This record gives sequence, C-alpha cells and structure tokens, in this order.
Amino acid sequence: MHPILELRGITKTFPGVLANDHIDLSLNKGEIHALLGENGAGKTTLMNILYGLYTPDEGDVYIRGQRVDIHDPNDAIQHGIGMVHQHFMLIPVFTVTENVMLGVESIKVGVLLDREAAAKRVREISSQFGLLVDPDAMVEDLPVGVQQRVEIIKILYREADILILDEPTAVLTPQEVEELFKIIRSLASQGKSLVFISHKLKEVLTIADRITVLRDGHVVGTTTPAEATEASLAKMMVGREVILKVDKKPPQLGEVVLDVEGLTVYDDRGFLAVDGVSFQVRAGEILGVAGVQGNGQTQLVEALTGLRQIDGGMVSVLGQDITHASPRQIMEVGTAHVPEDRQQDGLVLSFPVVDNLVLNTYYLPPFAKGISLKHDEIEKAGSKRVELFDIRTPSIFLPTSNLSGGNQQKVIVAREFSRPIRLLIASQPTRGLDVGSIEYIHNRIMEKRDEGTAVLLVSPELDEVMSLSHRIAVMFEGKIIAILPAVEATKEKLGLLMAGIQEQEPVPVHA
Amino acid sequence: MSEKPAASETAETPVEPTKNILQRIFVRTGKLSSLLLPILAVFSALVIGAVIIAVSSPDVLTAWKAFFQDPLGVLSITWFTVRDAYIALFEGSFGQPKQIAEAIRNWRGTGETRPLLEAFRPFSESLVIATPYIFAGLAVALGFRGGLFNIGAEGQLFLGGLASVYVGYSFTNLPWFVHLPLALLAGIAAGAIWGAIPGFLKARTGAHEVINTIMMNYVAFRLTDYLLQGPMAGPGGLPITIEIATSAYLPSLFPKPMRIHAGFFLALAVAALVYWFLWKTTRGLEIRMVGANPHAARYAGVRITSTIVLTMALSGALAGLAGTAQVLGVNHKMVRAFSTGYGFDSIALALLGNSHPLGVVLASLLFGFLRGGAARMQSVAGVPVEIIRIIQALVIIFVAAPEIIRGIYRIKAIREGEKTLARGWG
Repeated sequence: MHPILELRGITKTFPGVLANDHIDLSLNKGEIHALLGENGAGKTTLMNILYGLYTPDEGDVYIRGQRVDIHDPNDAIQHGIGMVHQHFMLIPVFTVTENVMLGVESIKVGVLLDREAAAKRVREISSQFGLLVDPDAMVEDLPVGVQQRVEIIKILYREADILILDEPTAVLTPQEVEELFKIIRSLASQGKSLVFISHKLKEVLTIADRITVLRDGHVVGTTTPAEATEASLAKMMVGREVILKVDKKPPQLGEVVLDVEGLTVYDDRGFLAVDGVSFQVRAGEILGVAGVQGNGQTQLVEALTGLRQIDGGMVSVLGQDITHASPRQIMEVGTAHVPEDRQQDGLVLSFPVVDNLVLNTYYLPPFAKGISLKHDEIEKAGSKRVELFDIRTPSIFLPTSNLSGGNQQKVIVAREFSRPIRLLIASQPTRGLDVGSIEYIHNRIMEKRDEGTAVLLVSPELDEVMSLSHRIAVMFEGKIIAILPAVEATKEKLGLLMAGIQEQEPVPVHA
Repeated sequence: MSEKPAASETAETPVEPTKNILQRIFVRTGKLSSLLLPILAVFSALVIGAVIIAVSSPDVLTAWKAFFQDPLGVLSITWFTVRDAYIALFEGSFGQPKQIAEAIRNWRGTGETRPLLEAFRPFSESLVIATPYIFAGLAVALGFRGGLFNIGAEGQLFLGGLASVYVGYSFTNLPWFVHLPLALLAGIAAGAIWGAIPGFLKARTGAHEVINTIMMNYVAFRLTDYLLQGPMAGPGGLPITIEIATSAYLPSLFPKPMRIHAGFFLALAVAALVYWFLWKTTRGLEIRMVGANPHAARYAGVRITSTIVLTMALSGALAGLAGTAQVLGVNHKMVRAFSTGYGFDSIALALLGNSHPLGVVLASLLFGFLRGGAARMQSVAGVPVEIIRIIQALVIIFVAAPEIIRGIYRIKAIREGEKTLARGWG
C-alpha cells in the first residue's frame, strides 16, 4: 500500500541558503503527520514546494504512488492538495464567500457569479465542521482567528484529500484548539490525510500520529508520540537541551509604572472595543493579558501605544499623562512596544535590516545630527545589535524581508531592548516562532523584568502567559473580567474566563 | 529553456543549473534587474521601432509587394530604410561624427569655434530637452518614494514658469546674483504650493492625490491662459509675456547656436541633492518609510500627515523647477505652449528610472536624446516624429510590465516570493 504522499530527496536553494537538503517525507492515508522545526528549518519551504509555489532544485513528489510535477497551486489543487498558510492568502476587501470561491467560482449562467450557491456551500461546510463564520463578512474586518477559519473552509470547499496546515493553532483558545483537533481527527477518520506544521510540542504530541523533525533544512528523524517527549522533541529541533519551563523568580515590585483607569476605546467600525478597563503594572512585574483574539486586546495595546485614539479614561506612565500622546512621545517616556503584527507595524520589510534596527530612534543622537543621518553610527549600532541578539542574516544591508519570522522578531526586540525602557508592552511576541526563538525572547523579557521594567504581556498563547506572568488579566468583550495571581490560574479557569464565564463569587479586580 | 538540476557537491555550494546567457548575466550581477530590465526594454523598443519604421515607409511597402521576384533586393531596401532612419536619429541626437571630427580639426588649425559649435549643436539640444525631464522626473520619483502619485507635475511646472517669469521681468535693476536666485525661488515656491494643496487634502481627508493633482493641472492651465492673455500679456496682443531681464537668465554655457544652459547642471546638482535628501537625512527616511509602509511609519513615530504634505510640496517644487528652467534658460519668456508634456512624460521617466535620482537622470537623458534626434529623423530620413513617441511608449510598457521582457528573453525571476495578499499570522 503506497503512502498517499511521498517526498523524496527534495532539495531547494535560495541565494545564500540551503533551505531543503534532500528531504524525505511520507504521509499515509488517514494519517495526521506533524512537521516540527525551528524557524528557518525549512518546513514552510518544503510545503510551498508541495503546493507548487516553488520548484525544487532536486527531488520528486509522489502522489498515490505516481510521480507528479507541481508547477503552481492549481496543479496542487488538481492533485487534491490543500494548504492553509501561516501567512494568509486572503483578499482583505472581498467577503468570505468571495475569497472561498475565488478560482473555483460557481456560475449561474455564462459569466454571472452565483454567490448564493457558494455561500450555501460555505454555510454547509461551516456547520458541518464547526467553523463558524459569516459568509458575507468582509475579510479585513475579521479578527485573525476567524480569518483562519476562512482559510480552512477554502480548502475543504475544494475537496482536498491532502491537507497541509501551517501553524493553525496560533490564534485559538484551548477550547478552540480542542475543537480544531476534533475536526482534524474526523477529517482523518474520513480518509483525509493531514500534514500539521507546528512548533508547539504539546499539541504535536496530542494530535499527531507521526512526527518528523526538521533542523537546518534536513530531516533529523521521525518518531511517534508514544516514543517522544517534549524534551526529546525540543532537543531534536534545536540540537541541544532546551529549557522549557521559565525560571520565574518572585518579583521585586517597585513603583507603579503603568496606570490605566476607565479606558474606553472604539474600533475602526465604531464599535466599543475597550470598555472601561482599569489596571496597574508595577516595575519588576509582568502582567499578562489573556483572551481570545478579538476581545479588545489589539485595540487596548494600540491605545496604550498612541496608535489609536482614546475616547474615555486615562493612561499614565510614571505619573505622566499619556492619554493623548503620540507614539513618539510615548516612546520617549520610556515605553517599548513589540507589536502584534511584526510585518505590518513593526518593520519596513523592504528596508535593509540596519534601517529597521533604528526604525523609531533614527532621529536621536548619535544616529542623527539635526536633519542629517549619521550612517556610520547607525551601522555600528546595527552590527552590535545583530551580534548581541543573535540575528541570523548574511548582511545587515539585506532587505528585512529576507529574514525568517524569528529573526524578524529578533530585529524588533533588539531595537526595543537597546535603549533604556521602563515599560514594555509586548503583544504576541512569540507568534509564529520556533522553540529556540521563543526561549530566547522569553529570557530577554525576564531579563528586562529583573532590571525593573514593568511588562504588559498580551498574548492568546495561554502557556506563555501562564509561564511568564505574575498576575493574569483576562479580557472578554472589551472588559477585564478578572485578574488572578498566576499561582491561582489554571488552564481550565482561564479557558472559562476567556469564554466569558465568570465564577460565582466576586473576583477582586486589583490583586 | 528550463532549469536542469545539477548535482550539488556540498550543502553549502548553491546548485548551478544551466541557464541561457542572459540569465547568467542576470544572476552574476545580482540585483541587476533594475539595470538589465531598462536596457532590454530600450533595446526591444528599438527593435520593434525598426519594424514600425519599415512597415510605415511607403517605399518598403511597395517593394515588399515584389518580394518573390527579388527577395534580396526587398530585404536590402528594408534594411537600408531602417538603418538610415536610425542613423538620422543618432545624428540628430548626438551630431554627425564626420562633422564633429572635421570641426575639431578645423578648430585645432584655425581656432575657429563656430563650426565646432555647429557640430556639437545636436548634442547640446538633446541636453536642453533633457533638462526639464530631469526636474520633472525627480518630482514624480520623489512622490513615488513617498507613496504618492504626483500626476500634477505638468500643472506645477506651469506655476513654476509663471512665477519665475514674473519675477524675471518685474525687476530690471537687480544684479544677477540676486535676481536669478530670486526667480528660481519664486518658481520653486509656486510649484511647492501647487503640490502642497493636494498634499494637504490627502493628509487631512484622505482624498486621493491622483484626482486632485489632475484637477490642479486644469486649474493651472486655465490660470496660465488667463494670465497670459490678461495681466501678464506683453505688447502685441499675443499670449506671450514680455522678455525677462538678462539678470534673471540661466546663463547659456556656450555662444549661439548652442542653447545648453546652466539649468542642465543645476538639474544634475538637484538630482544629487534629492539623493542626499532621501537617503541621508531624517526627513528623507521618514518620507521613504511612509511610502514603504505607513503602518510601521506611524509606529515609528513619524507624523504621517505632515510627511505627506512635505512630500507633495517637495515634489511640486521640483516640478516647478522644470518650468522655471525652461523659462529662465531657454525661452526667456512664457508662452502658452512652453511645455511639450514634460509633466506627463515624467511619470514614465520616474518608473523607468526606478524612482531613483540616478535612474531618473539616465532615463531623462535617454528621452532627451530620442526627442532630440526625432526632428532630423523626419527631415533627413522621412520618418515621422511620432515613431519616437511610439518607441518611448514601448520603453515605458516594457518597464511597467517586466514580465513581457522576462518572457521574451526567458529570464526567470530569481526570488520566487510568497504571494501574501492579506496580513495574518506574523
């Protein structure tokens, strides 16, 4: 019995980097096969080859025992391969239905689109697999988590047999991850075969039938959940022992750095996003904000960093009122912001790395004298930061788009951490990153905390929030419905709070 | 020719598939698409131009009717027609080599300069034509760098012309080192204001600058009509202003008949200035940031509204300089038809030059030479000047749609990128 999918000797080189090095992979029918690896390990490249976005320099792809040439995604779709990408391929100004049927449009007559038929099918798939979404919603209005559901519906709409999911659980709550796993298991039991790309060791051990680990472009090994542990997988991915549990010392609390009172913020559509939120963060502590994406966290962070207008309430940093301050003023008060969407907000991808390393400090001495930029100083600082923060790039003058996601994030971290800061607002700082990078960034955040920086950590990754924070606030529908000390917080408790279910006894808002 | 995978020796050496010679040049010279592409575009445009020249020549067409009787004769007529046309073009752009050589010999012998000037006149004319192109091309290029489409360069250069001509003829007793800078400043300021208005509208209301700059063009044209027929009209009832004082001239560098004036070197200097500004200053970095990624620019603390206004004002100022240079350096007065569409061609130039000052200068020189030679091509070889417009248009098409060139010459894009349409997970 042939495996339904086989990759043999796949090799792919980009200028300066060997992305895939004679990779062999096989997938059986009805199997859930996890592909694990650091950023830059070559997982996404490999899957892009399978999906026809790249052509391999060497190697072959066999589907159902037949050698196939996949030149573009259409070929891949013809062969029954569907891919949900880590970076979406949705058109923001189209509706859900339009995005789903793009390329396989239902026709009423001649050239007239039949949106109703497509929307009906979308609703069917939606309810059959529990992927709730409004077919008429505009994609750009949807939160990231819901956009992901659209991507999954897209491939189910095209009757894919081989499904590739690239880091699909990045934006889901524990309960939603369970739902997704149910879906995946039912798909597998109905004969679909799945490749599940992830860096989340716990999840991979939960859902996968087999696990293949990639490192630096080659296969390190293939194992099963029965034979592997988190530690053994991490070691395979990184090549050394990895510390998975953060060493959390008891906090040395200082003065109140961030004081938020009655904060009210509206979103782009005029709806209330942040509803009278109040909290404080002290020097030396980490306050984590947990919650499902789309409950106001994004708008909260935007408001605190000057990127969104505050319509009510007050925000102050070290006693200074910054409610109506500009992003630059907020930065100058000693705030650092690691943004949720690093490619959109945190970096100019077409600019060289060295420019991004001073993206918000270019106007300050020594980088500038008056209006004139001092490139030698900028380059000096850039080289230093690349070294200090172990940013993997052949040159600081290459466009930042060349860097992997993890290294792009390191550029942002290097930039923000290279100046004296009193408050760090980190929004999903390890989104899409591999175990090695996550460990690195968590350690740097802890370092800052030890130095006395107040840290506000906003993340839908419960593991991250739980392991780093001293106190955990849960946001639901724009309100902070609870703040718990970390020691009292369990996944179940937080999961319920994230879904809006509060405990019977009143919970103190300030710890 | 498709890539043939070759065995790689170690993990480090990149695979070397066989490629055709153009692909090899392309790869070896790294980021050459910004240079190779325009060169191939120009070459392809000239080839197609040759075909059009042949096909539009009555002699060639009649000859081809008798192809089977005398194929070699027909081919040779075709070849000679095209060859003569392009030789005429070359001579019109640069001058006739024989004439130049003789004039140099003459000058060596007798010290006579007049024949020398005559011989280099075509070359000088081409540079004269290129001068306003450089300014206007820089204007649009700077706009593009800031993420803005300045379609109003034509109107801005009219305003620049009006303002500078007014200062030019209004004062008669100023020394040149006061009068000339004053006139230049007037042209710059007028262009800057004309550009800042749509800039301000975009920054405050989000109104698209394409619409507004086009509208401003119409206003500028009608304003010019009104002023040249009314308040600024010279004697004689024609819509022409009086001449500017010589103290406001951009001086000619050589005696007549060479028309090349200091404006050309001013243009080169301004190109260098624009380069310095965009890449070596904080404001320039901010403009480029807003153009490349306005979200990140906001995050980085850049004030988007004021940057947009600044970008449009600077762009308008540069376009104003184009009009100013024409008035102060060539016409020495303002007439209604003083611009032959520089503002609109400049959009193509900015694209051709990849929105980089050096590219813009080279592209402007190219267009200047093509335009310069067009007249001679018509008078000597009987090829209509419109052929040059066609060639220019083809160059623009090839640059705007590089896939055509890639397809023709089978150059594969080196970096296959992910086609991200919506921003999702980081």
